[in-house]
Amino acid sequence: MRAIRYTLWGVALVALVVVAGHQLSHFLGTDPDEVSGFRPTFTLVNHQGETVSEVTYRGNWALVFFGFTNCPDICPTTLAEFGSIMDGLGDEAAGVTPLFITIDPERDRVEKVAEYVSAFHPSIVGLTGTDKQVADAAKSFKAYFERVQQESAPDGYTMGHTSVVYLLSPDGYFVRTYQFGEPPEMIVKDLRERI
Amino acid sequence: MSIFKFLSVVAALTFLLTVISMSPVGAETVREGDVAIDVVWARASIGTSRPAAAYLTIRNEGSEPEVLASIKASVSELAEVHKMTMTDGIARMGPAGAVKIPAGSEVVLNPGGLHVMLMKLKQPLKEGQKFTMTLIFENAGPVDVSVPVLGIGARGPAK
Repeated sequence: MRAIRYTLWGVALVALVVVAGHQLSHFLGTDPDEVSGFRPTFTLVNHQGETVSEVTYRGNWALVFFGFTNCPDICPTTLAEFGSIMDGLGDEAAGVTPLFITIDPERDRVEKVAEYVSAFHPSIVGLTGTDKQVADAAKSFKAYFERVQQESAPDGYTMGHTSVVYLLSPDGYFVRTYQFGEPPEMIVKDLRERI
Repeated sequence: MSIFKFLSVVAALTFLLTVISMSPVGAETVREGDVAIDVVWARASIGTSRPAAAYLTIRNEGSEPEVLASIKASVSELAEVHKMTMTDGIARMGPAGAVKIPAGSEVVLNPGGLHVMLMKLKQPLKEGQKFTMTLIFENAGPVDVSVPVLGIGARGPAK
C-alpha cells in the first residue's frame, strides 16, 4: 500500500520536473536569440513586380523566411505557418508583414512567386530578384543558401537554405529567430507581447 | 486513501495515456503481412511543375526487419523517399534511399523529416481528392494505400 503511494508520488514528481524543465529551457532558450543590433538591407522585386527595399516594410514587424517554390516540405510548412500566425493575430495582423524571399531566382520569377505565396495566405509578400540581389539580401540577414546538384530533382538541382524565420522590428532591426517547427501559437504569443 | 481510490486513479491515468498515444481518430490502418500503415496524407499542389510531398507512418509489427525498397504513385512519374536534414539551421534535402524499419518499431514520415517526394506530377493534387500509392516492401511485398489530398497549408490530418 505504502509502496503504491510512494510510486504515485514519484510519478507526479517526475512529471513536475519534466514540465518545469521544459518551461525553464524554453524561457532561457529565447534569450540568446535576442541579439539585437544588425539591420538587414535588400533591394528585391515583390510578387507584383515592384522594386522594394527594407525601407518599404518599415513601420511593421516583419517575419522573413528564405526558401524556394520547388521545395515540397519545409517551405510549404513554414508558409502555412505564416498563414496560421496571421490568422491567429486577428486585428494585430495589420502590424505584421510576412516576407518570403526565394533563394532560387533562376526558377522563381515574379509570376511563379506570386502563384506560390498567394496559395498560402493573401498577406504573404513574395520577393525575388537577380542572382546578385538575392545573394546580397541573404548575406545581409546572415542567411545561407547553396545549390546542390541532384540527378532525380526537378531540373537536376535542389537548394539548401537557412530554415529559421527572422523577426525584424518596425524600425528594421533584427530581433530574433524562430526555429523551424516552433508552433505558430507560440509565435503569435511572442508577437502579441511585442506589438 | 483507500486502495480502491488508488486503483481508480491508476485506471484513469492508464486510460488517458492510451487515448493520448492513439493514432488520430478515424485514420484508417492498412495492413499487409507484418506491416501496418496509417496517417497517410499529401498536400495539394500548385499545378504540376513543382514536386509535391506525401506523408505516412509505417509500423513493423513483426520480428524481422523490414525495408521499404521503392514507391510508385498514380499521380507522378517518379516517387522516392527524401529526407530533410538540418545542420546548424540549414535545411538540406536529398534521397533517403531504402528506408529500414526495424522489428517492432515505426518510421514516421512527417513535415520537416522524411517525406515521399512526388516528382514529375502527371496531374495537380487537388484538395479533397485521393490517389493511390504503392509501397514496395522487401518482405511484405507491394502495399497499396489511398492518399487523401489535404489543403496546401495542411500540417497533417485533423486529430
